Amino acid sequence: MGAGAAHSAALFLAMLVICAPGAWIVLNSLRPTVEIMAKPPVWIPRRLSLDAYTAMFGGLGQGGVPVLDYFRNSLIVSITSTVIAVAVGIAGGYAFARYRFKGKSALFLGLMLTRTVPGIALSLPLFIIFARTGLIDTHLGLIFTYVALNVPFTIWLIDGFFRQVPRDLAEAAQIDGCTPWQAFWQVEFPLAGPGIASAAIFAFLTSWNEFALASQLTRSVNSKTLPVGLLDFTSEFTIDWRGMCALAVVMIAPALALTFVIQKRLVSGLTFGAVKG
Amino acid sequence: MTSAATRVAEPINRLRITRSLRRLGAPVLLLMPAIVILVVAIAAPLLFSLYSSFTAYRLTKPETLWTFVGWRNYVNVFSDPVFWQAFGRTVLLLTIALNLEMVFGLGLALLVEKATRGQRLLRTLMMFPMMFSPILVGFQFKFLFNDNVGLINNALQSLGITEQAIPWLIDGALAFFAIVVAEVWSSTPVFAILILAGLLAMPREPIEAAKVDGCTPWQSFRYVTWPFIMPFAYIAMTIRSLDVGRAYDIVKIMTDGGPARRTELIWTLVGRTAYSDARMGVANAMAYASIALSILFTVYFFRKLASARTQIAADW
Repeated sequence: MGAGAAHSAALFLAMLVICAPGAWIVLNSLRPTVEIMAKPPVWIPRRLSLDAYTAMFGGLGQGGVPVLDYFRNSLIVSITSTVIAVAVGIAGGYAFARYRFKGKSALFLGLMLTRTVPGIALSLPLFIIFARTGLIDTHLGLIFTYVALNVPFTIWLIDGFFRQVPRDLAEAAQIDGCTPWQAFWQVEFPLAGPGIASAAIFAFLTSWNEFALASQLTRSVNSKTLPVGLLDFTSEFTIDWRGMCALAVVMIAPALALTFVIQKRLVSGLTFGAVKG
Repeated sequence: MTSAATRVAEPINRLRITRSLRRLGAPVLLLMPAIVILVVAIAAPLLFSLYSSFTAYRLTKPETLWTFVGWRNYVNVFSDPVFWQAFGRTVLLLTIALNLEMVFGLGLALLVEKATRGQRLLRTLMMFPMMFSPILVGFQFKFLFNDNVGLINNALQSLGITEQAIPWLIDGALAFFAIVVAEVWSSTPVFAILILAGLLAMPREPIEAAKVDGCTPWQSFRYVTWPFIMPFAYIAMTIRSLDVGRAYDIVKIMTDGGPARRTELIWTLVGRTAYSDARMGVANAMAYASIALSILFTVYFFRKLASARTQIAADW
């Protein structure tokens, strides 16, 4: 009994540490700035309102932060780059899952290594090149960059999902008269489909959350994304905590929803091969 | 008419495509888009930045891109104590954070695996921090650790543990601690979720056999469970090492390398040198050091992962 209680207590404490920061942000987006700044602190909120949200989405928003524009930019950039990265990932992942070829593991490692380049280090040459070619502060430039950022990971995940589809199925379909192309789209693709959707959501989240590159490659409402827009709430000496909290909630909501959808498959995609070699 | 033409042309086209596919090799063709994109968007820009690290390039003077200075930038960077401090601090941060994440992740996975009820809900809650963009993590902990309005100081003062507000982000050592907390909070779930997957995938027989043979719980954990979940831990390590540069976002917003460069990491230093000081040539030389660091981490964990996998395959 004692061990059981200790286990529950430890579990509760762990979950508290995990959840409290997020809950604190949500709470503070709902209460007036006076209450946030109050000394001694106000623990039980006296008045909750959606003022911060209505201010943010009403016209230019509080303090003139064009949240709607940033939201639109984030959506355009994230969705487009995800679609392309997944298409490229399906081709690449299929090649890794189904074919043996020379230098396969070296190539795989090489692809992964491109992902290790820290965003800020990659931003230097891209900044110079984009500034000279006029790609800076455009959706196109950011989309292109995010595709490259996501491709290694979509290949890793989709490779794992295709390997879980038995090879015999496609072969059987071909014996029954399918072309390899038909066999792929009608047999293998649907079976790996849910996994591919997970890879897509993962790629979407990477683009949705990226900051280091976006902060240098965007400049104005033309292409600034939400993570960069978050900084608009800070000035030299003051921070609009309430506005920032509200924007944080807006940013996290889609991410939360999407992660719930994929959580289980994401893990199976990443761990496939851990046991079977 | 046209339909008749296409009907004839289609098989011929398909034949031609199939034949050229065979000649080039399907895997090469399938991988071509990925390789082209990565070469154009990452490899080529990195070659360009390698070149510019040998020039005196300043953003404010475009013509300096053609002034070749040899190894001067690298000599300057490597003889600069500021750089080595940032480099050392980055390695220290990564070492502390990765080890803590591993320990907490293992603990969390074991706790959740033991839970008899609500395991699905717990697993979902556990993944919560993974959804936070690093920039949000940074902002959130900047708020929590704020000396004036932050939750942590408020709680400490309300509980009467301290009289004075603790200057979390203003004191160098405390700020480093706060960054470690933020980093560990955001990345522990990666370890927990993958180790949990390993625990759930583990066959029951070896553990029961160990119990029958009279192993203590610790022994069966150490010699049966642990070797089995090792590859899962290394997958988590590998995924994390692919993305260690993410810490830039957190530090950028929490302290921006301050106070007085006491939390400067290699990435914030690169950003400052490039964009605030406009010294692109020098910044690129530093960036190469940071890239080398990341590659080192990744290759190390990939090799660990490979050897752990073969070991498992041999044992089971």
